[in-house]
Amino acid sequence: MMLFKRLMPVVFAVLAAAGPARALDIDVTSFTLANGMQVVVIPDHRAPVVTHMVWYKAGAADEEQGKAGVAHLLEHLMFKGTPAHPDGDFSRIVRANGGDENAFTTQDYTAYFQRVMKDRLPLVMELEADRMQNLELTDETVLPERAVVLEERRQRTDNEPSGLLNEQMDAAMYTAHPYGKPVIGWMPQVSKLTRQDAMDFYAAHYEPENAILIVAGDVTPDEVKTLAERYYGPLKNKRPIPERVRAEEPPPNAERRVTMHDPRVSSPSWQRQYLTPAARQLPARDELAMSLLAEIIGGGNQSRFYQTLAIDKKLAAYSGAWFDDDQLDYGTFGVYASPNPGVTIEAVEAEVDAILNDVVSKGVTQEELDRSRNNMIASAVYLLDSQDKLARLFGVALATGQTIDDVKNWDKNLATVTVDDVNKAARTLLNRNASVTGVLLPGEGGQ
Amino acid sequence: MPKPLHTLLLVVGLFFASAASANAFTIQEVTSPGGIKAWLVEEHAIPLMAMNYSFRGGTEYDPPAKEGVSEFLTGMMDEGAGDMLSAEFQKKRDALAFRMSFDAGSDFFEGSFQTLSRNRDASADLLKLAITSPRFDAEPLERVRQQFLLNVKDKDQDPESLAWQAWMEDILPGDPYSRRDEGTEASIGAITADDLHAAHRRIFNRDTLQVAVVGDISAKELGPLLDKVFGDLPAKAPEQAQLPAAKPAMGPKLQVIKRDMPQSVIVFGTEAIERDDPDFIPAYVMSEILGSGSLTSRLSEEIREKRGLTYGVSYGLNPMTRLGLYAGVLQTKNATAGEALDLAREVMKKYAEDGPTQKELDDAKTFLTGSYALRFSSNSAIANQLLGLQQQNLGIDYVQKRNAMVNAVTLDQVKAQAKRLLHPDRLIVTVVGKPEGVK
Repeated sequence: MMLFKRLMPVVFAVLAAAGPARALDIDVTSFTLANGMQVVVIPDHRAPVVTHMVWYKAGAADEEQGKAGVAHLLEHLMFKGTPAHPDGDFSRIVRANGGDENAFTTQDYTAYFQRVMKDRLPLVMELEADRMQNLELTDETVLPERAVVLEERRQRTDNEPSGLLNEQMDAAMYTAHPYGKPVIGWMPQVSKLTRQDAMDFYAAHYEPENAILIVAGDVTPDEVKTLAERYYGPLKNKRPIPERVRAEEPPPNAERRVTMHDPRVSSPSWQRQYLTPAARQLPARDELAMSLLAEIIGGGNQSRFYQTLAIDKKLAAYSGAWFDDDQLDYGTFGVYASPNPGVTIEAVEAEVDAILNDVVSKGVTQEELDRSRNNMIASAVYLLDSQDKLARLFGVALATGQTIDDVKNWDKNLATVTVDDVNKAARTLLNRNASVTGVLLPGEGGQ
Repeated sequence: MPKPLHTLLLVVGLFFASAASANAFTIQEVTSPGGIKAWLVEEHAIPLMAMNYSFRGGTEYDPPAKEGVSEFLTGMMDEGAGDMLSAEFQKKRDALAFRMSFDAGSDFFEGSFQTLSRNRDASADLLKLAITSPRFDAEPLERVRQQFLLNVKDKDQDPESLAWQAWMEDILPGDPYSRRDEGTEASIGAITADDLHAAHRRIFNRDTLQVAVVGDISAKELGPLLDKVFGDLPAKAPEQAQLPAAKPAMGPKLQVIKRDMPQSVIVFGTEAIERDDPDFIPAYVMSEILGSGSLTSRLSEEIREKRGLTYGVSYGLNPMTRLGLYAGVLQTKNATAGEALDLAREVMKKYAEDGPTQKELDDAKTFLTGSYALRFSSNSAIANQLLGLQQQNLGIDYVQKRNAMVNAVTLDQVKAQAKRLLHPDRLIVTVVGKPEGVK
């Protein structure tokens, strides 16, 4: 969920950015200020531009019961003003200085960023440091912004059958853990959030020791250090950060199926998601084996899915597999396919199951592993061209309990994965009891 | 003029000066031994190269009953070429790890190519094969047809696509611009390999080729690469009648497409100016203040910030080759559709009458000039910008002159453009949803 719509939703950026490779050898420096704020610097001197980001280790999964959506509402309200910069001056100042800005909220973190010419870095640091501690809200600014968020929900979720289905799939996936509620919040709860709810969340989580500063671009680590100490250094932690202990999922004992009919659906689609551990809980080799499994099953035209579903059996022109474990507590392994006109969901699902069963029982080949590994490394190399994506890669890792070394050693770890590792990943992951299948169909049936 | 024997260079240096830095990048105009021109920015910091290129004549030239053939072509370019069948081509491409994609716009058909430095020559060989002799075999053709049929069905239901499509049909009835770029179920169902060959022959020609290259390659190396990739394309496109200037309809007009959903999508706008209009820059500054995508525009301030009626509202100039349009979109719950649209009209009316304040103009200038460098912060972004400048005939020194042109815009000029281009009384409006109170 973002302040406004301009960039790709963060989930796609993260999926596209599986990780960087040794061929790139990213130049990254990290240090911590005396108040506990972590700083990461990624120099890129190609243009006189910097990307400045502050990530808070607080997201929707950190909300109190009944306050679904408050993390994201606060993200919007952070632009409303402080005594030093009241009435939406933040955006006006950034713009008058030729800057781009936005913000986004996920289950585990909330991030704010600006892209500016390098000489404006002190200015955006001053603004961002100011609103970390001095946010001032009134009902006059909160209520219209809450209405904006309700419109955002209507636009992204309620107007989109696939958005509604995904929300229901998450709710079905998590029995106890808060990942089951949407980041943007449920309509009945969001529409009742108050100024005080937002201020409570702000007071509990927005502290220097709960924040990560990332600066990428035309700067040196020394320059950033001097500026960070000047602007963020004086901020004091006001209270201890609440421990992030969320309810653990009970053992998954039954597979779930969510079917939705909607007259706005043009053609049927099918997907399944499996619950997995999160990156920080997995040894690097196991984690990368899962990424490679997704690539082998559903990445590109050489994958098992495409070869069978699109080419040999002509059942589904679109299909794929993905793995995203860049969250604090759980990850997801997903597969999907859209039946060709005239093909039934049942026919596609049966074939998908046959392919998955074949992978589990017979395993993958060395040739598949090598090809998929090459594809992943190539994608990572192209990431080097994007300052913004590199900055996000480190932000996501650090905000979800991973380390800079986890990111930097990505290619070294990837090289160690064997066929046995991938086969083990397939046997562990593809457990139907830990899955939710989602089916979206045209026609009446509720809404 | 004698045929150049060596790669020719024209060099223009560009400087983004700011208080703390004066970094520069240089655009070189490279002419290959074979006479193919490209704009090049060398950037050796990372071992990658990006090349964006385009040909004139996009979807607007799709033959009647074959709408969507240009887009179909974009999906067939990596499905086999020369003696290589689809699977073999794709295996080789993946082994070399290069990226190749195509996009069919209304006026231009664009290609983009990214390669690792170490595989550059082998990747370029494959790109050349793909764009010179694509195969269009029956198996991939039928497979890709299924994908495009799903696309068409998807667009039929997507509220924003529906609203824009209906709006285009209202403002440009009968013009090729207002046909569906992705085609219809009937037209996609009817496309044959011969149609694809004809579209390929029509589009891929050296006479309308424009190229921008950014990355780890020197001017000396680029010349032969251009000849390798593009040298065997035909010199000229087949003769075909030029399309006449597009004739926009005049509003007011309101069309409501009923759909059962909680939010209405409202598209609204009028005709406007083309990129070569002498007052384009003042008009652009004018439109930035009224309806840029940011939170600080006048429309956003009134409709989003003050009243919370929408997640986003924008209104912007869209200069195309045969006419310009000035249009925007907002989404709001059905109950406030009329209120939000009326507000948009009111904001436009007041702005047309009074224009911006001096402060608004000054802020817009500092934003537009200060943020220009942000458009050039990656290889692929620079390549994209440089190709756009060539398509618009703006000249290799435009990047250098652009901020001065923006700074020279006066308040009177902006006021004149607001009066000239804003017509809230005769908007063409299309709404998808169950709107209340729209008129």
